[in-house]
Amino acid sequence: MTQYRDEDLQAYVDAELSPSRRGEIQAQLAQHPEDADRVRLYAKLNEGLKKLYESVLDEPIPPRLLVRPRVWSRRIAAAGMAAGLLAAGAGLGWFGRGLQSVPATALTLPRQAAIAHVVFTPEVRHPVEVGASDEDHLVRWLSKKLGTQLKCPKLGEFSYELVGGRLLSGPNGPVAHFMYQDKRGSRLTLYVSSRRGESRETAFRFSQEDRVSVFYWIDGNFGYAISGEIAREPLLKIANAVYQQLNP
Amino acid sequence: MDSHPIVQHIPRLRRYARALAGDRHLADDLVQDTLERAWTKYHLWRPGSDLRAWLFAIMHNVFVNQMRSRRVEIEQVMEEPPSAPVRATQSDGLELADLERALSRLSMEHREVLLLVAVEQMKYAEVSKALGIPAGTVMSRLSRARARLAQNMHLQSNVVPLKAVK
Repeated sequence: MTQYRDEDLQAYVDAELSPSRRGEIQAQLAQHPEDADRVRLYAKLNEGLKKLYESVLDEPIPPRLLVRPRVWSRRIAAAGMAAGLLAAGAGLGWFGRGLQSVPATALTLPRQAAIAHVVFTPEVRHPVEVGASDEDHLVRWLSKKLGTQLKCPKLGEFSYELVGGRLLSGPNGPVAHFMYQDKRGSRLTLYVSSRRGESRETAFRFSQEDRVSVFYWIDGNFGYAISGEIAREPLLKIANAVYQQLNP
Repeated sequence: MDSHPIVQHIPRLRRYARALAGDRHLADDLVQDTLERAWTKYHLWRPGSDLRAWLFAIMHNVFVNQMRSRRVEIEQVMEEPPSAPVRATQSDGLELADLERALSRLSMEHREVLLLVAVEQMKYAEVSKALGIPAGTVMSRLSRARARLAQNMHLQSNVVPLKAVK
């Protein structure tokens, strides 16, 4: 004669029973009006609780819940270079969600490039926005954003393959950021930034930004920087190859 | 608008937090702390697994920690009458204001299980995952939570749930 336990009634209310078990319980409840009342009451409580809070779903989300501040600082911390690289910017009110917030004129080209390098190269899941499998799309997209025909250098002869790229905001507008990786996981980034003022050309320059070596040059209205945590000499060879491929 | 999967869960996280914490500001603080933790740990989330359960599990942990660190504050809030105006006042003969008050008098463990089932409409297995407790514990807490809630609303005198009907 025993037919159900309290758990069955809970599960009945929450539609967790198989159809056959549900039918059995339903039949039993007809014999036990007190329990049938209880089941109805619990269903009413479910409904009431849902109704009580459903309007929250339609409320606009407060802006403070839509920012992702800690991820940013974690990425920097992961690079282990926060203090050194960011000190210059921090004092000038450098903050926020990305390079978008770097005040114009505050950071030199190699420093901007080195910061972008240490921020994005430790990323495992999302190192780039567009992967190498969509290289054509990537180049078209970034070319359009920068208003020039970009090229994506091939670095296979140095054992570096394209991972992909992303769009960043620099102090003077959009920045194209390409990432390369070798078999050991060592990463290089190429930072191409539009610049204001008159068109000019510079020679290669080298800058050591903490652990990051940067070769950079200006060509017309664009600044180029190739960054890597490798020694100056091998990076120079790569920078030369990049320059030649961009200026055939 | 950010279309990241985490962002899409924010409205539901807010709803659950509101029901859990009662007060709007406390609730959004809870959501904010949950999201910060979720963003920093997102690389640990296993793609293909249930993101909602993962997020609610984080919120549970954050909530438990907050309760621990500011127990006094929370208790004071819980004793106050509900601060937000309740829009719908009745549901199927239940006074919603009474229901809200009755809910706020449940223990944290009971409130969590009941809300995940009734409001979030999670399956028992999902609740078990989100709260990190065995399925049997979900059942027993749910049973007690409902009996207590009904008792708090003076809708049911018999608060001892039946173990079995013979």
